[in-house]
Amino acid sequence: MVSLNVNGRIVDLDVNPRMPLLWALRDFVGLTGTKFGCGRALCGACTVHIDGQAARACSIMVGDAVGKTITTIEAVSGPVADAVRAAWQKLDVVQCGYCQSGQIMSAITLLTGNRKPNDEDIDLGMEGNICRCGTYQRIRAAIHEAASTLG
Amino acid sequence: MPMITPAFKPSRRDFLREAAATIGVFTLGTFIPFGPARAEGGGPAPGPFDPNIFLQISPDNTVTLISKHFEMGQGVTTGLATLVAEELDADWSQMRFVFAPANAALYNNLLFGPVQATGGSTSTAEAFTQMRQVGAAARAMLVSAAAAKWGVPASEIAISQGVVSQGANRATLAELAEAAMRMPVPQKVSLKEPKAWKLIGTHVPRLDSVAKTTGAAVFALDVRRPGMLTAVVRHPDVFGATVASFDATDARKVDGVVDVQQLPTGVAVYATNTWAAIEGRKVLRVSWDTSKAETRSTAQIFDEYRDLLAQPGLQAVKRGDASAALARAAKIVEAEFTFPYLAHAPMEPLNCTMELSANGAEIWSGCQLQTIDQFVAAQILGLKPEQVKINTFFGGGSFGRRGNPVADWVAELAFAAKAIGGRAPVHLVWTREDDIKGGFYRPMVLHRVRAGVTADGAISGWQHQLVSKSIFTGTPFESSSVKEGLDASSVEGVSDTDYAIPDFDVRQHNVTTPLPVLWWRSVGNSHTAFAMETAIDELAALAGKDPVAFRTALLAHDPRDVAVIRLAAEKSGWGSPIAGAGRGRGIAFHHSFGTRIAMVADVTVHGTTIQVERMVAAADVGVPVNPDVIAAQIEGAIGFALSMVLRNQITLRGGVVQQGNFDDYEPTRMREMPKVEVHIVPSTEPPSGIGEPGVPPVAPAIGNAVAAATGTRLHGLPLGFATLSG
Repeated sequence: MVSLNVNGRIVDLDVNPRMPLLWALRDFVGLTGTKFGCGRALCGACTVHIDGQAARACSIMVGDAVGKTITTIEAVSGPVADAVRAAWQKLDVVQCGYCQSGQIMSAITLLTGNRKPNDEDIDLGMEGNICRCGTYQRIRAAIHEAASTLG
Repeated sequence: MPMITPAFKPSRRDFLREAAATIGVFTLGTFIPFGPARAEGGGPAPGPFDPNIFLQISPDNTVTLISKHFEMGQGVTTGLATLVAEELDADWSQMRFVFAPANAALYNNLLFGPVQATGGSTSTAEAFTQMRQVGAAARAMLVSAAAAKWGVPASEIAISQGVVSQGANRATLAELAEAAMRMPVPQKVSLKEPKAWKLIGTHVPRLDSVAKTTGAAVFALDVRRPGMLTAVVRHPDVFGATVASFDATDARKVDGVVDVQQLPTGVAVYATNTWAAIEGRKVLRVSWDTSKAETRSTAQIFDEYRDLLAQPGLQAVKRGDASAALARAAKIVEAEFTFPYLAHAPMEPLNCTMELSANGAEIWSGCQLQTIDQFVAAQILGLKPEQVKINTFFGGGSFGRRGNPVADWVAELAFAAKAIGGRAPVHLVWTREDDIKGGFYRPMVLHRVRAGVTADGAISGWQHQLVSKSIFTGTPFESSSVKEGLDASSVEGVSDTDYAIPDFDVRQHNVTTPLPVLWWRSVGNSHTAFAMETAIDELAALAGKDPVAFRTALLAHDPRDVAVIRLAAEKSGWGSPIAGAGRGRGIAFHHSFGTRIAMVADVTVHGTTIQVERMVAAADVGVPVNPDVIAAQIEGAIGFALSMVLRNQITLRGGVVQQGNFDDYEPTRMREMPKVEVHIVPSTEPPSGIGEPGVPPVAPAIGNAVAAATGTRLHGLPLGFATLSG
């Protein structure tokens, strides 16, 4: 049995501690907003926050997430999260939408650490998140938009 | 998305045979006639604009479009809802959508029929009139209900932003819905004149933005059924291999693994969770029969391509006398263009869920061709197609992969569900490696072009040979798209070019390999546009003409073509100098899926590194129903196609695919994305496609800019990729 702190509640899971956090969240906790894209931390579709920082859930074992605070797209909140979501919706960033949970989680981490990111900061902060639909231009614009609403 | 000719007539008898031949390993059951499923609840199918089939007005005053089309990011649900809301005079804020159940009789694609299908960039074009008729019919029924309720003439009743009114009377759509839906469906409806449109042509927020930014959107991979098992399948390393034997001793020891079964496509590991299935597969031991498999390398297959060029080939176009015209040309371009196999690599790997019952089967999937999927599953399961229920979910990208005429992954799931006797719902999940290595690629293609130009800039002879594996041969679409071996999708974009080429000779050669191929966003245009637009640019240079002026002169007979080229040129600052070392600007134009797009690329080349700084696009899509979605599709097409321009290729060594994940088949990343500007030509012509036509001009615009920057012409994709390796 492994105990995890997910979205502010403790969940007890009967899983192998070597199981990637991604599959524990999706198949055992029932949080499917975090997506499977590559399984090797190459695409960022599985990005969650661990102790407030963006992390790839496909490449973190459940056992290593014990004692940490895990937040997923379903529950991420606060002024930065609100600003990012609002900007994404205002600019209609999404296309297929599959990568966007991860994009949003990375963008929140970026803006939390840097309220006025320039284009190079965005390139760096979003480097690990692939969008096959090619929505990057709007992701960039939405991050700038969120930054401006955060003031 | 697939290009399918409008006159789609599935060859029913051939389908069984061809599906078996293409997959190479399936042995499908007895033939079941392919035909439209009956309307649910029996009885004849209601009229084509019966609003009860396409929309629901709920007590909470929401208006829900029942979308016949699959949403894979292209914005079609927003588009169809716009058309309905326009004629209904609904308020945009009350619009919602759900995916229609699979039912070819009700949700037929009017350009393909009888088939429920999303592809070929047809959705807006095929539904443009129908969805407006649905809205108009619903509006008329609401007006009738209001007239009856208030005892006033229908002519006095207005509807605006979802409010029905007459004098002091007011009602919401919901308040009248129950009575309205009992009114007779009008036999004829009149549609608004374009100048009266309030929503069409404006920016309306996408209907799926909120769900896709909160984690609430449900994709097929998110479907959970009670008692569901997850299956992953060990596929062979080489295409066409079959299972000789397997040893599942270790796989069965993995905690969570509950079964292991042989399927026609490999060996399936069933587990109570995804990770256990993946771990079980790792320790599965399988021996393969490779006697009929493709065991050549890409370079060896490519040798066959070159050999075929010496053959006469199949004549796709013969106009005038290309040979004689070339003999009198002032200057001649001769070039070979090479294109690798490409994987679609949608972000959501292929997957779907199936549950068997005494009465049939139920599928939860993200799919472009529900009718085909029903048919394929029914054949395997010994059911009638109408006994296969499909629940459609969001697709995490597709680019053509979720619309396979042989429905490879649905077939694999049906076999997997059948292999365990239907004792549990089965969720078939492909990993990224399964996806990249799984075949159904954009074909590897070779073009050889010999084209001449006169001293005053007219084309003087054009000989064009293409070598490819046919996409449509061996599919139910063969009868409509393949004529005597000639596959229209292999040569589209060349054979139907808008350029004035009086002496034109186009030939096609078909390669045979067990490696399965498939339409890939923009199909043949994904390579033909590059060959055409590169050669045109070279001819312009030989003629000493400006690339824009050279093109518009050759397209003078089509003002819409000329207009998009001029618009892109004007907005990009064409003709003004582009300063800086290694910088260059290039243009390309292509007309596909009814849509005309011109793009101007600004690039900087440092050594072998190409940075695309800016892309300016101009598009004529007919009526721009959702201008912001159109812009998004073109921006996205540039992001999507850029990685094919810069690096993507699937190669084989000894038949084994050398790529497997996003490290060696890496899509475009944020830092590479150019600044994109999209300009849309105002139009009242019928709308044409937008999901695919943004892709074709991207590569040649960049290639032409690289040539302008460096003086070097690159004749293959990815750029700089001169000979196929592997």
